[in-house]
Amino acid sequence: MRGTLSDRSGAALLMAPLLIFLVLAYAWPFLGVVKWSFTLPTPGLGQYHALLTDDLVQSVFIRTLRIAAIVTLVSVTAAYAITVVWVRGSTVQRVLAEFCILVPFWISVLTRAFGWVALLSNRGLINTWLQSIGFISEPLTLVRNEFGVIVGMSHFLIPFAVFPLASAMRSLDERVLLAARGLGSSRMRTFWTVFVPMTRSGIIGSAMITFVFSLGFFVTPAILGGGRSVMIAELIYLRIFQSPDWGLGAAISVVLVVFVGALMALLFRYVKPKQLV
Amino acid sequence: MPTYRPGPVSLILAALVALFLLMPLLAVIPVSLTPSRMLTMPTGELSLRHYRSLIEDPRWLDSILLSIRIGVASSALSTVLALTFSLGVWMFQPRFTAALVGFVLLPMVVPPVVSAVTLYFLLTSVSGLTSFFGYDTWLGVAMAHSVMTVPFATVLILVSLSQLDRRIDLAARGLGASVWERATRVIMPNIKFGIVTAALLSFVLSWEEIGVTLFITSVNAITLPRLMWMGLRDNIDPAIAALSVILIVITVLVLAVRSVITRQKASP
Repeated sequence: MRGTLSDRSGAALLMAPLLIFLVLAYAWPFLGVVKWSFTLPTPGLGQYHALLTDDLVQSVFIRTLRIAAIVTLVSVTAAYAITVVWVRGSTVQRVLAEFCILVPFWISVLTRAFGWVALLSNRGLINTWLQSIGFISEPLTLVRNEFGVIVGMSHFLIPFAVFPLASAMRSLDERVLLAARGLGSSRMRTFWTVFVPMTRSGIIGSAMITFVFSLGFFVTPAILGGGRSVMIAELIYLRIFQSPDWGLGAAISVVLVVFVGALMALLFRYVKPKQLV
Repeated sequence: MPTYRPGPVSLILAALVALFLLMPLLAVIPVSLTPSRMLTMPTGELSLRHYRSLIEDPRWLDSILLSIRIGVASSALSTVLALTFSLGVWMFQPRFTAALVGFVLLPMVVPPVVSAVTLYFLLTSVSGLTSFFGYDTWLGVAMAHSVMTVPFATVLILVSLSQLDRRIDLAARGLGASVWERATRVIMPNIKFGIVTAALLSFVLSWEEIGVTLFITSVNAITLPRLMWMGLRDNIDPAIAALSVILIVITVLVLAVRSVITRQKASP
């Protein structure tokens, strides 16, 4: 009996610092944000009503969902292509693919967004090159619009989309693929009718992670969108710092958390967390 | 034994993706060598003036030092908190472990912008109480970064604990070791690698943190990413290209060293 008592207090003593830290520094202030959304500027459901009726907020929500959907499609497809080689390629191919996945993964979001500015801006690499070979006379507008945002976000998210796909492809039984080939199925047919269906859980996990990440994206859209294609996260920032309307900023935050929470719950109904890593 | 290898179509598609992934990282190199004051491609002559301005302009140096200070402080805090918590979970396996770990991981899954608003609320609330800890102070930023990095540190330490053989702890316990002795002399030496990795990852995450930092700093606590952000939003400063090249080179070197080390470990 004494043993279990000291066990319990030992566990409590060791686990308490982090739990207290997060309650004070995270859970409590989050409740404060929820309170803001109901009390600023006047108590009531005014801010949530505004969310449903305000045209600007609505258009930003719709744009965010649209961009997130496109970015998810682009990232998962691109990630799939490179993951196939990372998992199934020859040794040299694997090392090269790993390098191309991990180097961007470890480089900060700012540096990567800046790289796209250097490539896509009016006097950037692509426009300079296209003009010098006489292909175009006026620079193309590649940043400060939705195109730039989609390119930059997809670039950021591809490495994240790779990991669930890689785990699905690694756990796949190679003999099934060889059997399909041995029975005379073409490369294409084996890929589409055997390989892809067997990595379904990886595709779902990868798409969910990419989609959820895209919803709360801030830095890349703010830099590559140039204030013209504002997404939800940037709208929250603008509501808090530029047109101080803390109540609306807080209400959008609450809605975003609830939405992401619902998506995650949906994800875990179909895929076990272990299959994602 | 035959193996299933990607065909030519797969290889071409993967090469295109690889090119897409590397392109923006390569693009900053020529820009960093431009002699111009603005963001342009160099035409003809090259110059290192933007690299020099990183050393000569005190703003860059100040923010680098500040980022290091914040990174070290927040990494120390989040590693200690994550370590004690994980030891508690592993040694005592209390009830509700899943729920408690889930709670600890929240800052990792909640959209970063919502965490940013939350930490902004916290720091502006405590700003009235003290002048050195709160909105736009380095201690405030270090604490906020700890909130964001502690889930990652916890995951890493829990993973390395899960690979540890429970019997060595049982043996120590049977021989009469106290909880403190078991933790510091039996368990921690065996998960050294996980602890160091957790500390390094926390530092790196804090070093490049921008989403939360933007919300909780204004004029005093200008970290390196914050300074880059300011340079990117207003008039694009090619010094950012020079800095980006340096950061990319460091990343590539660290990854190369790491892969050599893991390869040596794999084939002794």
